[in-house]
Amino acid sequence: MQVQCKIRRYNPTQDKKPYFSVYEVRMEPTDRVLDLLNEIKWKLDGTLTYRRSCAHGVCGSDAMRINGRNRLACKVLVRDIGQKMTIEPMMGFAVLRDLVVDMEPFFEKYKAVKPYLVNDDPAPVTERLQTPEERAAYDDTTKCILCAACTTACPPFWSNPDFVGPAALVNAHRFIFDSRDKAGAERADVISGREGVWRCRTVFNCTDACPRGIQVTNVMEEVKRKLLYDRA
Amino acid sequence: MSLAERAVARRGTNFELWSWYYFRISGVLLLFLALGHVYIVHILTPIEQVNYAFVAARYAKPFWRTYDLLLLLLAMSHGVNGMRLVLHDYIRSRPWRVFAYSVLYSAALIFTVLGALVIVTFQPVPE
Repeated sequence: MQVQCKIRRYNPTQDKKPYFSVYEVRMEPTDRVLDLLNEIKWKLDGTLTYRRSCAHGVCGSDAMRINGRNRLACKVLVRDIGQKMTIEPMMGFAVLRDLVVDMEPFFEKYKAVKPYLVNDDPAPVTERLQTPEERAAYDDTTKCILCAACTTACPPFWSNPDFVGPAALVNAHRFIFDSRDKAGAERADVISGREGVWRCRTVFNCTDACPRGIQVTNVMEEVKRKLLYDRA
Repeated sequence: MSLAERAVARRGTNFELWSWYYFRISGVLLLFLALGHVYIVHILTPIEQVNYAFVAARYAKPFWRTYDLLLLLLAMSHGVNGMRLVLHDYIRSRPWRVFAYSVLYSAALIFTVLGALVIVTFQPVPE
């Protein structure tokens, strides 16, 4: 099928402001949007710049705004988007070039919530056992691949880049609800502050954007409820 | 200062948590109080009967004064809290944010005091 693809381009060293390039490409309906980008880069315009790595929806490199919605380019088919396509970089971060954004502020927030198990108790002889119910409490948030699709789909984050954002909160949830973890209070200091989880307005864009199907808004509400019960 | 360090510096402050919780509680109360007010004053009572005498008769009973005072305080605090968050979300420049907060809180104070003064001190003038 013939696809008309509009891509937002920007090279800070050359361009005063971003502009759109339009490409006409023939694709199979079952090709992915990433295949379409590759087709453009390899055959039409080698200057087009975007991130991709595994190309199978696991590494989280190629999150971008496709027809106004954050998606992984390797996880959507051309036929599901249609013959007219607009591709833009994720919103809320500085554009380094074309579809590549500066992810440093994203990872700063990720690190701030201590996204690792903290437990200074002496290691037991066997494993630290959990019941299936204890494991299920944080199952959804183990799926995060840090693609930033949720955070950059979040209107409160667009207007307030200091907001820690849904992705960091998903990863805080992963350990806050882990029965083996002991650093809940330290994480709560970060996520209960002015720029923490309370900036969430339950817009649900994050849930729509998550390529892993994490119920992000529900996760945020679970975090709020837990903070309320623990700290109030 | 990193995000984590800033957070630790403000450790233990639960203001945003209480603000969020207060929204929920005051919202539920306002739902009943505001709808009750609309129903009683604007639907149950024919509009031509809503006049000075109607208000004076209402305010002869402490119940309606308490009702209106509660409605005023909840509506003002709930609304101002919402505006505070909207301003925080959208105004990035610090001086402008301080200015907007000043306007908001001054207006809130003036309207709350004026409203409360009327509700508490109202004395019917004999016709």
